[in-house]
Amino acid sequence: MLNNRFINQLINSFFDLSPIFAVILLFQILIIRQPLPNAIQLITGTFFVIIGLTLFIQGLELSLFPLGESMAYSFARKGSLFWLLAFAFCLGFGAAIAEPAIVSVSKQAANIASIQHIIKQTDSAKTYYALGLRITVALSVGLAILIGVFRILRGWPVYYPIFFAYGLIICLTPFAPSDIVGIAYDSGSFATSTITVPLVTALGVGLATAIKGRNPMTDGFGMVVLASLMPIIFVMLYGILL
Amino acid sequence: MIEWLYQFGLEFLKTCRDFLPIAIVLIGFQFFIIRKPLANPRRIVIGFVFVLLGIVFFMEGLNMALFPLGKLMISQLTTPEFLGINSAEVATSWRNYVWVYVFAASIGFAAALAEPSLLAIAIKAEQISGGTVRAWGLRLAVAIGLGSGLALGVFRIITGTDLYFFIISGFIIAVLQTPFVHKSIIGVAFDSGTVTTTMVTVPLVTALGEGLAQAIPGRNPLMDGFGLLAFASLFPIIAVLSYALIAQWLNNLSLSSSP
Repeated sequence: MLNNRFINQLINSFFDLSPIFAVILLFQILIIRQPLPNAIQLITGTFFVIIGLTLFIQGLELSLFPLGESMAYSFARKGSLFWLLAFAFCLGFGAAIAEPAIVSVSKQAANIASIQHIIKQTDSAKTYYALGLRITVALSVGLAILIGVFRILRGWPVYYPIFFAYGLIICLTPFAPSDIVGIAYDSGSFATSTITVPLVTALGVGLATAIKGRNPMTDGFGMVVLASLMPIIFVMLYGILL
Repeated sequence: MIEWLYQFGLEFLKTCRDFLPIAIVLIGFQFFIIRKPLANPRRIVIGFVFVLLGIVFFMEGLNMALFPLGKLMISQLTTPEFLGINSAEVATSWRNYVWVYVFAASIGFAAALAEPSLLAIAIKAEQISGGTVRAWGLRLAVAIGLGSGLALGVFRIITGTDLYFFIISGFIIAVLQTPFVHKSIIGVAFDSGTVTTTMVTVPLVTALGEGLAQAIPGRNPLMDGFGLLAFASLFPIIAVLSYALIAQWLNNLSLSSSP
């Protein structure tokens, strides 16, 4: 039974990934026209990608989705607003603080800042700047999930906080140092990881299902986008204030 | 073989370490605040092991096959010889870079379809909408959006236009589209547009941005390489909103023609 499902999922994964193989092959054959380096490694790698996606999807259905939803139900039944919001904040903060992409981008940002003489050109000043930036991003992601949960509780339309964030970004950009703007816009994309996205989605959908008068389709989504907009605002503020 | 297993084990431990803060939050709240046993703890633990193993396999596979190939192609496509840049003349027309646009668009299209977190959202959306939102349709719309977004982002790097201008225009288009889209799609559209930028897209797009900023005269790789990801997370939103608008319009059309 499990074997059967696994094989089914394996075939699905292959179809899910087939477009990327097609594009790479086409470009290789039609335009670049140089022999592929290391064909065996390529085939093993491709096989790994398919296995990996299969395991990920299976694990998603077994754990991340049900766990996120069951915790949402428990919090809704418990009825404690404080703990639910605290959980939302901690989940976002925890997801972003260890994210490797954010660690590397904040180091890069510190380098740029020292070249531009925004901070002193010493290692300790750079480390301090990078750490500050990392904590800023993590705080903003935590706040984003908190706002997302609060929105579902109050039943506001999905786009209220999103448009508000858009407005803030538009207003802040002209005042932010131009070197930080590109980093700020990109840092939003790093804040959401492969584990956080399903977990946060399940939390939102679970809450919207558990609370009377909310529709999981209409109200449950819309948290992930906040988690990617909020860091843009906060990183620009960080650049303005420092 | 043993060396490879060691490497694999190391990668697995690293993934576990990145996951640790979330695990602490989940376990802490489950045991100290909710204080109720989980319905099926064994299944959840097995599922987590699956997820972590899956991510490690996926990452290893990408590092073995897709990334070297993708980066090799990017470096070949952005060499001055291939682009026909004459180092003497600095101002080269943006039209000389046709293949780079095509490549950026196709790599964006393909990467979006391979993105695991987009698949996760698409599966969830199909489940709770009872099949009205199709996972493949959503993924295709996102892929088209990412492809065109990257092509535009590459155009920006080549011409050196202000990032701000493009992002604001994108925001305005998305804001104008939203009131006309059925409200059950809005959340999914914004979320699925955002999740394109995780495992597959980020390394490829970063490499593309850096390669281009290095190859094109007058660009600073430290500065101009940034900003491409912002395109990658904005344009898929517009694409999904447009997809929803077109689907609604076609639906209305077929309803009014066959009463």
